[in-house]
Amino acid sequence: MNQPLSKDSWQYRGLNAITPGLSYLSDGLIALAEAGHPVVAGSADLQYSNGLVRFAERFPERYTQFGISEQNMVTAAAGMAATGCMPYVATFASFLALLCCEQIRMDVAYCGLPVRLIGHHTGISLGFYGTSHHATEDLAIMRSIADLTVVAPADGPQLVAAIKASANYPEPIYFRIGRGREPVVYEDGVPFEFGKAIEHSQGEQMTIIACGSTVHPALEASRLLKAAGYSVGMIDMATVKPLDRDAVLRAAKRSRLLMTVEEHNVLGGLGGAVAEVLTEEGCGVRLIRHGIKDEYSLIAPPTHLYAHYKLDTAGICAVAEEALRRV
Amino acid sequence: MNSAVSLASTAARHSFDLTPEQVGFLREKAMFIRLETIRLIEIAKTGHYTSVFSAAEIFSALYYDVMNLRRGQPAWEMRDRFLMGKGHAAVGLFPVLADLEFFPKSWLDDYTRLGSPLGDHPDMRKVPGIDFSSGSIGHALSAGLGMALAGRFLKQDFTTFVMLGDGEMQEGQVWEAAIAAAHHRANRLIAIVDRNGYQLDGAVDDVMGIEPLDQKWKAFGWEVHTVDGHSIAALTALLRKLRADDSRTQPVCVIAKTVKGKGVKYMETEPGWHLGYLAPDDAQRAIEEIKGQEI
Repeated sequence: MNQPLSKDSWQYRGLNAITPGLSYLSDGLIALAEAGHPVVAGSADLQYSNGLVRFAERFPERYTQFGISEQNMVTAAAGMAATGCMPYVATFASFLALLCCEQIRMDVAYCGLPVRLIGHHTGISLGFYGTSHHATEDLAIMRSIADLTVVAPADGPQLVAAIKASANYPEPIYFRIGRGREPVVYEDGVPFEFGKAIEHSQGEQMTIIACGSTVHPALEASRLLKAAGYSVGMIDMATVKPLDRDAVLRAAKRSRLLMTVEEHNVLGGLGGAVAEVLTEEGCGVRLIRHGIKDEYSLIAPPTHLYAHYKLDTAGICAVAEEALRRV
Repeated sequence: MNSAVSLASTAARHSFDLTPEQVGFLREKAMFIRLETIRLIEIAKTGHYTSVFSAAEIFSALYYDVMNLRRGQPAWEMRDRFLMGKGHAAVGLFPVLADLEFFPKSWLDDYTRLGSPLGDHPDMRKVPGIDFSSGSIGHALSAGLGMALAGRFLKQDFTTFVMLGDGEMQEGQVWEAAIAAAHHRANRLIAIVDRNGYQLDGAVDDVMGIEPLDQKWKAFGWEVHTVDGHSIAALTALLRKLRADDSRTQPVCVIAKTVKGKGVKYMETEPGWHLGYLAPDDAQRAIEEIKGQEI
């Protein structure tokens, strides 16, 4: 006879393994399917990890399990889109954006097919699983692929809003989403428009621009800095491509300093995109690109990593304050 | 075997056979494909003659007999689909698509010129009748699988044909798609391997051996047939039968034994002709050689 397990023991498999924050993905897709959109979904042996098992149970005929064959999944999704379906395929961002980069370019973006690529557990959110499971290059890579829209929702409600908005969006989309454990920013929901930033606040000394998982800590940091007497604004750049250039330019006009915050290499991602606009428009404003400094992350639990790389609220405050003092 | 079953299968076999007129018609179309390939490559000054010549009967059988298509309606929803892993043979497919009135024949005259929709590899956004773009070897079977699965979900009763190069068997993604197609019982998916034996660096079996190819596909759960890819009668009858078979629960792979450069003797024996150019005098001699034989 097996001994009964302690209540603290757990096993991966089963609906209980779904991180509540990731059930938003299935919620959004179920809503679209129920509304009559030709939504289909696929996953590559991570249906509990991304929560798509809920969609699969609700609409088994619309779901394809691809096993551990991400490249096959992406190209097959393109084939489905070419036949009139609207496929949403999900896997870890590291495997999707890096392993399947060529399939995304050739079969999805170059063919102009409305495939929705969901890269989840992005950035360093997989902590001690290590570099193979981290994606700190995906924004840079996906952003450089022509005709591909790149979106980084801050939380579940914004993801659902973006998925709903995608129902009538003809272009292919890369969704960069987190681990599902991010605190909720938009408790009461939020309207989503592709290419439109959300201006949370305005500041004369600094504007912080964040996307995805860094929106919550950056927003908190901007509030703390304000409380400490600084004039600091905050923008959620939920669409990284096409970038809301006007929002960047307005911030550049208003603030003496800009600071991008991203769970990504400082090269080529949000910071790179903002830098391109500032340089092209000749804005004489200084930009601090805060993120992973062109290196591979250490091994640690995610919260320890966020603290180490100053990507949590306290860290963002410290980096911002140091810059503010120097101006 | 009981006699009723035996009779039924004999009857079925005969009903797929071609009449002599049909064989003559498809032969003529295969010749047309070879001749147009020479004409178009003369414009580009470089091209994949031999990759088309091995596949000319496959193109002819599919587009002029087996596939369910509507002349002049390249986007008809219920059409059978065709994808090419070996996209570099597109120069032989473009004349067929123009012949079926999917786009104006005049497009062919500007093949590869600045701004032309027609390049060495097929582009579905630019060329009506191209069901999927290709150029990066190894993707097509996955895309075809996606179409087959979508057809099932959308309840559209079409068949998806995917032509693969034999060198393409070296790509890992082909086998990802193969394992998935069998698992998902994509019975309306038909792969055709153009087993012409050569790739850019030499003989396929020297560069990276792929045999025993039929056993590999069988082991992956596919129904497998081997056929002479230049026997238009045998090839077309087999493809007709496979397309009509509603009882099959698995995807099917046809290994078409072909000759790279079929129709021009020196191309058949010199692997360097994977890519090349025929000066006008040599092109004329090749045209005469193709016209003077019955393949």
